[in-house]
Amino acid sequence: MSTHAETAAAMVAGRFGDFGGRYVPEALVAALDELDRARLDALTDPAFQAELQELQRTYTGRPNPLTEAPRFAAHAGGARIFLKREDLNHTGSHKINNALGQGLLTRRMGKTRVIAETGAGQHGVATATVAALLGLECVVYMGKVDTERQALNVARMRLLGAEVVAVDHGSATLKDAINEAMRDWVTNVEHTHYLLGTVTGPHPFPSMVRDFHSVIGAEAHDQLLALTGRLPDIVCACVGGGSNAIGIFHRFVDEPSVRLVGLEAGGEGVDTGRHAARFATGVPGVLHGAATFVLQDEDGQTLESHSVSAGLDYPSVGPEHAYLNASGRAEYHPVTDAEAMDAFALLCRTEGIIPAIESAHALAGALRLGREAGPGTHILVNLSGRGDKDMDTAAHWFGLLDAQGAPRE
Amino acid sequence: MSELGAVFARCRDEDRAALVAYLPAGYPTQHDSELAVTTLAESGADIIEVGVPYTDPLMDGPVIQDAADTALRAGFRFAGLFRCVEAARAAGAVPVVMSYWNPVLRYGPDRFAAHLSAAGGSGLITPDLIPDEAAVWTSAARTHGVDPIFLVAPSSTDERLAMTTAACGGFVYAASTMGVTGARTAVGGGARVLVDRTRAVSDLPVCVGLGVSTGDQAAEVAAFADGVIVGSALVAALRDDSTREGLRALTEELAQGVRRR
Ligand SMILES: Cc1ncc(COP(=O)(O)O)c(C=O)c1O
Repeated sequence: MSTHAETAAAMVAGRFGDFGGRYVPEALVAALDELDRARLDALTDPAFQAELQELQRTYTGRPNPLTEAPRFAAHAGGARIFLKREDLNHTGSHKINNALGQGLLTRRMGKTRVIAETGAGQHGVATATVAALLGLECVVYMGKVDTERQALNVARMRLLGAEVVAVDHGSATLKDAINEAMRDWVTNVEHTHYLLGTVTGPHPFPSMVRDFHSVIGAEAHDQLLALTGRLPDIVCACVGGGSNAIGIFHRFVDEPSVRLVGLEAGGEGVDTGRHAARFATGVPGVLHGAATFVLQDEDGQTLESHSVSAGLDYPSVGPEHAYLNASGRAEYHPVTDAEAMDAFALLCRTEGIIPAIESAHALAGALRLGREAGPGTHILVNLSGRGDKDMDTAAHWFGLLDAQGAPRE
Repeated sequence: MSELGAVFARCRDEDRAALVAYLPAGYPTQHDSELAVTTLAESGADIIEVGVPYTDPLMDGPVIQDAADTALRAGFRFAGLFRCVEAARAAGAVPVVMSYWNPVLRYGPDRFAAHLSAAGGSGLITPDLIPDEAAVWTSAARTHGVDPIFLVAPSSTDERLAMTTAACGGFVYAASTMGVTGARTAVGGGARVLVDRTRAVSDLPVCVGLGVSTGDQAAEVAAFADGVIVGSALVAALRDDSTREGLRALTEELAQGVRRR
């Protein structure tokens, strides 16, 4: 877990260039300082690292494989496509990497309760899982709209012993769940850790969550070199808050020959206003504790985002991505709902892998980038999660169910 | 001395605390909010804190969240904020604004400070901007003669209390309990400790907020603080009685409270 990619200037007080920082109530500063000390200690503590690695191996199932996808790649202009299989992790996505790391930190800080926000439910499930494993009390905040469209994940969290609180304020989606988690945290900070699920929020969350996910890129790098003998030409990942993307990018940031491409949710199209394309249409601002790109109106009010995938349906993005975008080291492109669902279906049929709809945005990006870059291009894709949670959405999208929800003949 | 400083000097001469009364701009409608801040001023509020309704008010409890939602749905725009500030000023109170940082950032910190000053506003309270991130704001505020008012909390270290109060002008906002805005049955013993710790590092007046809702609580806080900040209770009074009589009665009760120290 190196931080070699950060220049000293970029890291002043938890900043990534002009982005990042801590835009929080004063009441939280002491807890953020405590967390920063704890995670820096843990980074260099061999006992902590050994425990985390052992859990990654025996509980998460790391290292997960790298799978070449030749039948899928046949639609990508002659490129070779390699999938980093985060979908095979316990709980079904990359989110467990961060949940385990922060869970162990919670115990290290002597706290007994974790709270989390969740959109699609994947981070909530990962947090509830780790809380059960480590014997921590767990409360998950989820927008009411999301509890309805991800009802099965609500049931999973409850089975795992977590309390799920439906948040009915504002737009009743992920951003409002984060607000509510922050309110809980400021009230109960003495014994509670906020187990934030992506690389946004105030310092040290963006750096800490990145470090817990950097194992994705580190493994993929070694697996690719063993398989192909060289670095990939392009690494692509979907970007909601940006944790799976930063996790796979991090190992490659200092390899200038590698193009880093983030795919954000273009929803119904960036010109329709119904999307989560922060880089395509957003403006620098502050949301949830970090200076970054934000979907907002002229008065600085946050705009509602839209995506077919709940995990990308967020009006802001991690500050390190804003920095990588500004510095030109990474590029970010929107992928529409329709493009993502086409790629979703294609991977199912060509490779026998049902991806999360979030990850399908990265797959659609790989198809597009492969066609642009031409034959022989090596593309590494972060397959951040599996599609079990998305069956309802996919079945409706592809017309597999009738109005009563029964299978169509 | 800043204009806010003069308010506290006058209160000290009268051996009482100042009443700092919060209402959001644009709530329940723009017009009604201008009448409501006028009612506050007429009923004894010394300083009126005009809130900027925001989509993501993470320091606020349900009462103020709901009010912000209502104001935004009713079409609140930034121009309305300055009209409320002007109304509070015209009615004889000293207005300050409370805003989360992103609306001010988007408006432009320098432009905001200039327009706030032109409307008669004396300061800006920033619940999610700490001095560590506020260099641009404090310099814009200084240029236009607006006081930057930051919060201190029970969890603030002594070093942070010193750093934060040094960056403040006008007064220091002591968020007395760990938590969000909302009326509480007990104000909490932590408030006095925080005020004492703040006084140990600063000569600025210290106002206590978060939880005060009655005249008795106001009197209790007035015994040790320079100002008593009341928000959610006033918003609820306005919500429950659109004639503003409830708002007037509560403000008068609070104004008597701060004189009963
Ligand atoms: C499978 C999967 N991928 C991606 C995301 C988006 O989050 P991030 O951008 O932080 O990786 C989510 C969030 O729920 C997810 O479940």
